[in-house]
Amino acid sequence: MIPGLSEKAKNKIKEIIARYPQKQAAILPVLRLVKEELGFIDHEAEKFTAALFDVHPIRVREIVTFYSMLNQSQLGKYHIQVCSNLSCSIMGAQTLIEYLSQKLGIKPGGTTKDKKFTLSTVECLGACEKAPCMMINFEYYGNLTREKIDDILNRLE
Amino acid sequence: MTEKLLTKHFGTENLFRIDVYLKLNGYQSARKAVLEMMPEEILNEVKAANLRGRGGAGFPAGVKWAFIPKDVQKPKYLCVNADEGEPGTFKDRYIMNHNPHLLLEGIIIASFCVGINTAFIYIRGEYEMVAKRLEQAIAEAYANGFLGKKVFGSDFHLEVIVHRGAGAYICGEETALLESIEGKPGNPRLKPPFPASIGLFKCPTVVNNVETLSNMPFIIAFGAEKFRRLGLQNDGGTRIFSVSGKVKEPGIYELPTGISLREIIFNHAGGIQEGKRLKAVIPGGISAPILKADEIDIHMDFDLLIEAKSMLGSAAIIVIDEDTSILDVLKIITTFYSHESCGKCSPCRIGNSWIHKIVMRIKEGKGEKDDIENIIRLASNMVGKTLCPLGDAAGMAILTIMEKFMKEIESCIEN
Ligand SMILES: Cc1cc2nc3c(=O)[nH]c(=O)nc-3n(C[C@H](O)[C@H](O)[C@H](O)COP(=O)(O)O)c2cc1C
Ligand code: SF4
Ligand code: FES
Repeated sequence: MIPGLSEKAKNKIKEIIARYPQKQAAILPVLRLVKEELGFIDHEAEKFTAALFDVHPIRVREIVTFYSMLNQSQLGKYHIQVCSNLSCSIMGAQTLIEYLSQKLGIKPGGTTKDKKFTLSTVECLGACEKAPCMMINFEYYGNLTREKIDDILNRLE
Repeated sequence: MTEKLLTKHFGTENLFRIDVYLKLNGYQSARKAVLEMMPEEILNEVKAANLRGRGGAGFPAGVKWAFIPKDVQKPKYLCVNADEGEPGTFKDRYIMNHNPHLLLEGIIIASFCVGINTAFIYIRGEYEMVAKRLEQAIAEAYANGFLGKKVFGSDFHLEVIVHRGAGAYICGEETALLESIEGKPGNPRLKPPFPASIGLFKCPTVVNNVETLSNMPFIIAFGAEKFRRLGLQNDGGTRIFSVSGKVKEPGIYELPTGISLREIIFNHAGGIQEGKRLKAVIPGGISAPILKADEIDIHMDFDLLIEAKSMLGSAAIIVIDEDTSILDVLKIITTFYSHESCGKCSPCRIGNSWIHKIVMRIKEGKGEKDDIENIIRLASNMVGKTLCPLGDAAGMAILTIMEKFMKEIESCIEN
């Protein structure tokens, strides 16, 4: 077992595996859970998952590197993901990304020194009617302006 | 007023709760299908409805179901495609958020008809809140005996599992989706064999989009004929158009299939913002080749759009006005494809990343004389030469921009 995984998470893993007609189908849900618990997936977590599913660790590495939500290093407490796809860009996403970049003092892909914010640009979030939009952790924010961004960030602890 | 089948009750408060849904005659169609109809009867009705898939390819749902072999001993699976990754598309989110039980009813009807006892809803990773809502709805349906061991008290049993993706556009492609559920990277499989014969866990599998399945309750309740009459003869019913970009009222619009693109943009979505001029429209998600402003008097019909060398796809309409530079559009499209190519075949992996590099260089003001020729050559080399349709879509989308907006791109290079 990887250190840091809660009792609750361990039970949840058993529950997830039991749900599927074939055990390996539970790999992605389990990796998502591990990521939620630990914040990211490191080599230890990969090895743990591989052992749990009785597959070679490289198989797990392939999965972890394929899916963008399975990050391999620690992100900030708030992960700001700004959509840079077409509808959002037409509505001014680019200037908002630059604004956020300046405001936080980091480039997209970076994390602030106090580990509070990570800034990323992402492909379409499926909320184009509210363009330009972004997601902070799992919360969606749409029809963004600079003032709105200021307001949203000010309210985050 | 056109009749709405999918979004009709969206205004009803707490529609996502089963008690509210039941008061609106919810689950009557699924009940009727399971208790009063033979699978063959349902199949004939769905075939006669001429319901074409809403996920992108427009394949008739009834025909797809009929491909599932009847005499195999293996289990069969339904995979609901709720990946909704096609840029510009957000309609499935509305269905699942507002009316999750409509989808569940569709799932019960499809599963009973085909003889399926396990259904997976593959939902994109970002839709965390939507997935929670679905799980809540599923729990309610189990508690009411509409899912589980004895569906509506019959011998039919059905399990529904929400499976969350983890951020990869390609997992919307049906075979990549199957790989992803099997716990692998989402690399598309070579077809044939098609999922209908060898799908999830090597078993016969139906893959259908959320909106496709959500039409089933109406077809069972009111019949194929009424469904067909709402839209086109060979593409029955309505469609939910996702409209975004520079229109006054972006949002979803449920309208009859075959409605004109101009009507959607100008009558329903309020026309272009700030009185600007229309420049171009992408009619079916970013994978659909672009149409110029003078090409929008076209009916939103699968076949007509193919004739116009574009694509109805997911019916996501992205409206581009005169203020948007076409080079920026090209940049975003190539960024997207170079990022989302799964890398399995070289024309797509290498072609997209090279085109993207060239476009970025032009964007920095360092365009070169033979850039246009190179982009066209690389894009042409993708079309028809890749394993899954992503390569074709990328190639066609890029070629069409180059062809229709050559002058503007040239001027970006010269300056
Ligand atoms: C690259 C790619 C991405 C796709 N993404 C989606 C998607 O997000 N949602 C969807 O329903 N279909 C998507 N499709 C289409 C599916 O492969 C498949 O045709 C569809 O789910 C079948 O359902 P339908 O017949 O009900 O439309 C995609 C196809 C390709 C090639
Ligand atoms: S065409 Fe592109 S996305 Fe499709 S299999 Fe080939 S590399 Fe992967
Ligand atoms: S383009 Fe930004 S959410 Fe779709």
